[in-house]
Parts: sequence; structure tokens; C-alpha cells
Amino acid sequence: MTDPFLIAGTPVSSRLFVGTAGYPNQQVLLDCLEASGAELVTVSIRRISLEGYAESLVDLLGGRCRLLPNTAGCATVRDAVLTAELAREALDTSWVKLELIGDRETLYPDVEQLVRAAEELVRSGFTVLPYCNEDPVTCQKLADVGCAAVMPLGSLIGSGMGIANPAAIELICSRSPIPVVLDAGIGTASDATLAMELGCDAVLVNTAIARSHDPRRMAAAMRAAVEGGRLARLAGRIPKRLFAEPSSPQLGLIGS
Amino acid sequence: MRLKINGVEEEIPVMTVSELLTARGIDPTARFLAVAVNGAVVRRSEWCSKCLGPGDDVEIVRPFSGG
Repeated sequence: MTDPFLIAGTPVSSRLFVGTAGYPNQQVLLDCLEASGAELVTVSIRRISLEGYAESLVDLLGGRCRLLPNTAGCATVRDAVLTAELAREALDTSWVKLELIGDRETLYPDVEQLVRAAEELVRSGFTVLPYCNEDPVTCQKLADVGCAAVMPLGSLIGSGMGIANPAAIELICSRSPIPVVLDAGIGTASDATLAMELGCDAVLVNTAIARSHDPRRMAAAMRAAVEGGRLARLAGRIPKRLFAEPSSPQLGLIGS
Repeated sequence: MRLKINGVEEEIPVMTVSELLTARGIDPTARFLAVAVNGAVVRRSEWCSKCLGPGDDVEIVRPFSGG
């Protein structure tokens, strides 16, 4: 059974994207990436004074997966665009996970600036995957300016609160002309499964793996969860009903 | 020459981006580096020729872990 997944016409082999931050150590990170089966793996772009661990990160990851740089932490169009351009130069990729943060405490996107930055980056030839609110209007605007996918939040970054508004995510999935990648808020495997069942094309997980008690096992769990959720979505769930419907035949009961 | 390097002002006697990297102990041939001067990316191929001027704002970055 084939179930191809394309972003901007490029096949992506796994519907699980994984972030690289917050693992206990580098070996755990590498083991988790292996266990997750992820092809797209996110990284940030930072000033070079942050050395040591960072120095060998890309060398370690480069051959194993495809790096998706983000603009995490950027709060202005100018900073986000420059970070994307630096990422393109550093990593030789035009793909960018665009983040434009409007509030430091909640890390909610600044929608107005996000759309402007996305438009500017698309014009400059980037393949833009914006982290955005779980709002169908925002997602449509991002599609209209030429984004390759939208990445609505399940709940706040790093919160582990799962999908706070499943109806909104389902609505976005049903309308979106471009792939929907659920980003942020995943706390455990069932959250990832739910995202896929709601119709998301993929899921990005970082903290839920990195900070779990056994990250390697959680990475494997997320892989299975995404695959299971996708299969269930394709299979089509049964309608919910208020009363019981016997599964066993009603005829031939003894004593009748 | 006075430059702003990754947000910090410094007096540093260099002419080009390449010289600046070397002076800061960064191998200009190392992979995955990127440099911007005054908000514009300077391509690697221009690092040897791109002259810096007093007060230039230089950003030197590399990939780091991220989500």
C-alpha cells in the first residue's frame, strides 16, 4: 500500500518530523532520530559563540536526515527573513520552518508579521513551512501567499498539552490546499495519533521525545503513533453512536 | 577598526570577512557557517573579497539544536 507524502512536490519519506533540542546528550539524540524514522529534522540558527555541542551537530546529522532550519525566537519580519537567508547559506537548503513569535511567554505566533514574512520569503524562492495559530483563516492566508505547508499548533510549544482544539485542527485539515503538519503541544503518542486521525499530513515532535523518561522508546512510540493514526485516517473511523449495537449475531441465542 | 560582531562592539584590525573569521579563531573553510553584514548575507564566495567598514554590524552563525 503506497501513501506518498509530498511537500512542494518533494517526497518526504516519514510523516513524523523531529526536533533536535533538549535531549540528555548527543548519543540519545542520534538514537532517537534513528528510532523515529524521521527524514525531516529541525535545527535552529544561532550566533557562533554557542559552540561545543553545536559544532558537530550538523556533521553528525547531515548524512542521516534532511535538516529543516527554523527561525525560532525571531520577533520581527526582518530578523526572521535574515535568519532564513543565513540558514539557506549555512545549510544549502531553501526550506525553512518559519517562526515569528509575538509573545515571549506563550510563544504564540504574530500572525500579521508571519504572513508578511512568509510572502517575502516565498518571493525570494524559499519553501516556507510556517508555525501558525490553529485558525483556518490564518492557514488560508499562508496558503494564499504561497507557503508549501502550514504548521498549526496543537497547544503551546513545549507544554505537552496535546491538541487543545481538535475541531479547529480538523477544520483546517478539511480546507487546506497545502499539507498540514501539526506542530507544538504533543505530549505523548496518543496526541500524535489523534493529529493524524483528524487529517493532519504529518506531525512535528521535539520536547515530548527529548524530555520523556526514555527518549529512545518515546521516539519509537511516536513513529508507531503517527503510522497508526495515518492508517486509521485512511481506513475511516466508524460513526459514533449513543447506544450499543451488538457485535455478535442476534439469532441462535440459546434459551430463546 | 570598530565592528559590531554578534551584537558586541570590538576593535579589531581586519579588512575582510575572511580575515575577521580567522582573527576570531573560526576556520573560514569550515562547513555550515553563514555570515551577514549590516543585515545582508555575504556569500561564502565573497568572504575573501568583501571589505568591512567601520561600524559594520556582523553576524556569524551556524546551525544549533532546535525544534
